[in-house]
Amino acid sequence: MTEAQASQPPRDMPQTVRALRVNSQAEALPGAPVKVRVENLSAWYGPKLAVSDISMDIRLNSVTALIGPSGCGKSTYIRCINRMHEFLPHARAQGRVLLDGADIYESGVDATRVRQRVGMVFQKPNPFPTMSIAENVAAGLRFMGVRSRTEISDRVESALKLAALWDEVKDNLKRPGLALSGGQQQRLCIARAIAVEPEVILMDEPCSALDPVATLKIEDLMRGLAEKYTIVIVTHNMQQAARVSDYTAFLLMGEDGAGHLIEYRSTAEMFTAPQDQRTEDYITGRFG
Amino acid sequence: MTAIQASPGLQRSAGLYRRRKLVDRLMTGAMVVAVALAVIPLFLILFYLIKEGLPGLHWSLITEEPNSPGRPGGGAHNSIIGSGIMVGLALAIGVPVAVGCGVFLSEYGQNRVGTVVRFLIEVMAGIPSITAGLFIYGLVVARQGHFSALAGSLALAILLIPIVARITEEMLLLVPRSLREASYALGAPRWRTVLRIVLPTALPGIITGIMLGLSRIAGEAAPLLFTALGNQFLTTDITTPMDSIPRRIYIYATGPYDYWHQQAWALSLILVGVILAISLGVRALFGSRVTVRQ
Repeated sequence: MTEAQASQPPRDMPQTVRALRVNSQAEALPGAPVKVRVENLSAWYGPKLAVSDISMDIRLNSVTALIGPSGCGKSTYIRCINRMHEFLPHARAQGRVLLDGADIYESGVDATRVRQRVGMVFQKPNPFPTMSIAENVAAGLRFMGVRSRTEISDRVESALKLAALWDEVKDNLKRPGLALSGGQQQRLCIARAIAVEPEVILMDEPCSALDPVATLKIEDLMRGLAEKYTIVIVTHNMQQAARVSDYTAFLLMGEDGAGHLIEYRSTAEMFTAPQDQRTEDYITGRFG
Repeated sequence: MTAIQASPGLQRSAGLYRRRKLVDRLMTGAMVVAVALAVIPLFLILFYLIKEGLPGLHWSLITEEPNSPGRPGGGAHNSIIGSGIMVGLALAIGVPVAVGCGVFLSEYGQNRVGTVVRFLIEVMAGIPSITAGLFIYGLVVARQGHFSALAGSLALAILLIPIVARITEEMLLLVPRSLREASYALGAPRWRTVLRIVLPTALPGIITGIMLGLSRIAGEAAPLLFTALGNQFLTTDITTPMDSIPRRIYIYATGPYDYWHQQAWALSLILVGVILAISLGVRALFGSRVTVRQ
């Protein structure tokens, strides 16, 4: 990036975008090792192409944001990374997704094992309604066959601490998960996802159902989690992408009605010097 | 305010308003009449049942065997215990089958096999109860050469299964997809998701379905007529003929003695009361748990 570009943002760029707090860590990371390599991934719902030919490298211990207007295939795309896509009726995917170099779509790969290594947090908080706070966090461990009570309670505690929820719930672990507020429920879901110690966490618009205060808490949390995990977050909110991510990918619906990857680079570059006109139009608020 | 009143577009026409109000009243009235028509018979039945049944309600009714015909007094504890045993056994046989069937339909039945099974259950739900009895008569009683409580329970289970299976399927389908996905995303396989997440979440609804099935079969006399037959004496042996409350009501109500009629009313009251108590009790036990959030 030249000095001239950095000191002189485009004249018509709105104030909000110019004022974005861009993550400073991002510059240091381009050389980080690749955790997930996506190669020529396309996804369909029945005959309808939803994601077209996406290739990208997701780097270890980084936060990668996927931005783009509604319907551009962001959610479909990340659901392909832990094989959740195939649960929807008539859904299929083609291409390769290499997790530490091994293709998760290869025949003989156990999809449930993939999902233990690549966890997911959803748009709406979805704690299990019949379970208490502690049981919710322990659910994944029980699925994996962990029996030891002390191990379970230790891991529940550390997951809740990591999800910054421990101090708020430590005296009420037996209360139902649904009794928590929306933001707390979402952190509970994050705790539930990290309790099984995945390597990658996919977050599908994790803050879109939350108020600004709860949103900020989760964003802070994400920065901390990135030290241990590789995080991919889908967001509608460009400021959020700028605040939390190291890398940003911009997806856009093409004329074929399917999502295409338009641009993918470090968040700092993406928001200050986008290379593609369409990216610039989107992040400066001309459409979308 | 004056400006608004002066605006002709916002003035409501008095005639139109009056007509709307009239139609509104007529419709509300029609609904009230419909509700009354539905509820009044219900209350009449309950009222009549209590009025006729209470005088015949004695301890002897639930502690003694029936006297020989024509000798007033005695009880019907053989019928009450018989009904309890046969309905309990029918639940024990029918509920696992029905819930399994409902799970299959909701979780694995979105295909041709599911459509066929669903159709068969619809047909089964439409079978007259006497036909269910006849079927078991041919299948069990005629082959074994004797009537038995077990055969009666089987006939009742046949009536129970379609009711519970359909409600189970519906309740499981109500469990939001987001909960299943949360479970899959934790690396849970499908069967474990059904067992640990979907079924517990739908449990209150399934229990309601089982209670509905129970109230239906507890009052059935027809399927027991040529399966469990009946018995003047108390028995707990399910390989022998056994009495039931509905059958005893039928015999006493159509019999010649006044004290029989009174005992029939009292037994009806007991039947309704017990079903109501079980229903409320079980719902209080399971219904207080967190229910499905849509």
